[in-house]
Amino acid sequence: MAKKITQKTKNPMPNQDALERARNFEEVSLGYPVDLAVLEAQRCIQCKNNPCVAGCPVEIDIPKFLLQVGDRDFEGAYKTLMDRNVLPAVCGRVCPQEEQCEVKCTLGVKFEPVAIGRVERFVADYAKLMKFTDDTPPAPPTGHKVAVVGSGPAGLTVAADLAKMGHGVTIFEALHKAGGVLVYGIPEFRLPKAIVEHEIEGLKKIGVEIKTSHVIGQTFTVDELFTELGYEAVFIATGAGLPTFPKIPGINLIGVYSANEYLTRSNLMKAYLFPSGSDTPTIRGKNVAVIGGGNTAMDAVRTSLRLGADNAYLIYRRTRAEMPARHEEIDHAEEEGVKIIMLAAPEAILADERSRVRAIRCIRMELGEPDKSGRRSPVPQKGSEFDIDVDTVVFAIGQGANPLIRSTTPDLPVNKWGNILADDSTGATQKPGVFAGGDIVTGGATVISAMGAGRKAARAIDRYLRNPSADGYSPTDV
Amino acid sequence: MHRILDKDILAPDVVRFWIEGAHIARKRKPGQFVIIRTSEEGERIPLTIADVDRTRGAISIIVQGVGKSTKQLNALNVGDSIHDVAGPLGRATEIHPNSRVCCIGGGIGTAVVYPIACGVKAHHGSVVAIVGGRTKDYVILEEELKAVVDQVIVTTDDGSAGMKGFVTDALKGLLAEGRTFDEVVAVGPLPMMKAVVAVTKPLGIKTTVSLNPVMVDGTGMCGGCRVSVGGDQKFVCVDGPEFDGLQVDFDELSARLRAYHEQEQEALKLYNDQMACHAVPTT
Repeated sequence: MAKKITQKTKNPMPNQDALERARNFEEVSLGYPVDLAVLEAQRCIQCKNNPCVAGCPVEIDIPKFLLQVGDRDFEGAYKTLMDRNVLPAVCGRVCPQEEQCEVKCTLGVKFEPVAIGRVERFVADYAKLMKFTDDTPPAPPTGHKVAVVGSGPAGLTVAADLAKMGHGVTIFEALHKAGGVLVYGIPEFRLPKAIVEHEIEGLKKIGVEIKTSHVIGQTFTVDELFTELGYEAVFIATGAGLPTFPKIPGINLIGVYSANEYLTRSNLMKAYLFPSGSDTPTIRGKNVAVIGGGNTAMDAVRTSLRLGADNAYLIYRRTRAEMPARHEEIDHAEEEGVKIIMLAAPEAILADERSRVRAIRCIRMELGEPDKSGRRSPVPQKGSEFDIDVDTVVFAIGQGANPLIRSTTPDLPVNKWGNILADDSTGATQKPGVFAGGDIVTGGATVISAMGAGRKAARAIDRYLRNPSADGYSPTDV
Repeated sequence: MHRILDKDILAPDVVRFWIEGAHIARKRKPGQFVIIRTSEEGERIPLTIADVDRTRGAISIIVQGVGKSTKQLNALNVGDSIHDVAGPLGRATEIHPNSRVCCIGGGIGTAVVYPIACGVKAHHGSVVAIVGGRTKDYVILEEELKAVVDQVIVTTDDGSAGMKGFVTDALKGLLAEGRTFDEVVAVGPLPMMKAVVAVTKPLGIKTTVSLNPVMVDGTGMCGGCRVSVGGDQKFVCVDGPEFDGLQVDFDELSARLRAYHEQEQEALKLYNDQMACHAVPTT
């Protein structure tokens, strides 16, 4: 029962003016007003085979919630979302829908796909405004206890799912605030922290306990979670780990940051409010170079503008086409005045007399043959070095696995990069009762893929609790 | 929230707290530290765990009020609570049984050396402690160390207590007497640690230092605490805080410690002004 299509393109979402927003930490995108959300949802043709659902790592019933929004049943739409996704306001903002649900949209074959993410975001924000609650009663208590290590997207998802199944869940978070990358990594202007707090409050309401400032691997080891604290299963979702720095001269000068540190100072510690409102300082560079081409690099370079940079450079060794960041984020960065320097890589960071950054020396690259990942690999061009005057340099070039858990859990197998080996479909590791998911398993990936891993692991943990020898790895498999 | 159980003043602007933290006390080994925040806006402050009391479920920290955050912390009293305490963090001291160790503490560094000295004694080693301070008032933990180690030598810059001179003068004196050590542990201001290494390096004496760089999360995530040790990059929070002093690039660390000097002064001035306003009502 295909409907007549009235509109071929997505309804645009209003944004704060680019030059104005580049100087504040308020959210960039303002979200759909009600009527625009309804109009956009009505673009869904309710096709038969629902390819969008298959594109969603947490399997939201997308056509159903779009139909509900189209019919102005916003509370119903919210329940449809919450049935599959505990963080809709987060996902509506940071999911790469263009690679997941929207890329599969039937409408997208001929026209622009339905702006599923924007409608999802609208529903979540509207629900918060109207104080809708997900009143699906959790299953009766099972008496089982599960420890979740890390409160980022994977940990929050597994905790919510298990709590709904009636299991007792405690999340152990190393930092003083829950949310993982959602609070320390993704900036306020892309994901307001009040939204993350609201979604975490929702988890507490369904019985999830959160212990902050508990560093698993130190405060308690994984084994002690079982033996001393009596948990029957442990889900490890500690996220990305140690930042990587290139081996070039000047890497330890003052003003050189990892993106993790630069973003943590600004997001978690609110250094942009220093000295009144936050006691954590950060260097407010006037000329800032960010190295990398992913979403983290975009977040860092856009943060530098908001901290007062006159010139914010993004240096990437390939071209714009190869950048792993979402195109929307690259567009936003450019609109705000970020200068993208493509086909260049840093060779050295130069110091002033006080050991502070004075300039960055780069070398031009050309794209050669495709490498194993299929991307054309950059080749340095001899004699093409050039300097850019900067006072701050931020590296957003990926990270290695954190050693705290693996060094205290010797019987937990990891790969050569230190990432935990876990079954794709269950998250089960080779250590009985221990499951893992998110970036600690996959290396740096997305919020939604971590949530997908949490969803799968929750089902497997539930099965494990009911029958510990049922599936996953068992000691006899090893 | 972690309640403050005891507080005493060890030296001008140097305070010892005992705070609740049973889960930290039960796990902590000498050499490890905690990260503390005093308020919702507070920064994360790394502090060595000076001692533990497992029966009370408490840990002790010794804090020198230098900037806003440490002064704010030192203004707290028994019964007040500390917002967040995370730990124990870092690697424990590597203690070799039956070893002869010279533990050198300069100023607040003695708070870091004290638990290490206790650890060595617990492993049947012998310990000579050299404790230095600018003046008599700045020498801390002398009595506590005397109760544990074999010999305590106090040095002050002005001779107001113990021998006049630096900790390195005391160390040179011991070595000149023919005393031998399997290891020297030195913790204090960077120039002091560098000076100790200048004495021990030519003699090839194993020298361990504990570093206190700028740190944010304390779990390996940010890399802000990176130091160069033997040309390799190390993160103090997960690879340290103790390193081979003969290999540490002290000059680089010293520069990095000044990264936020201006901001720290600005915050401190604001804090002092606010305190002054509270103390003296304006007319």
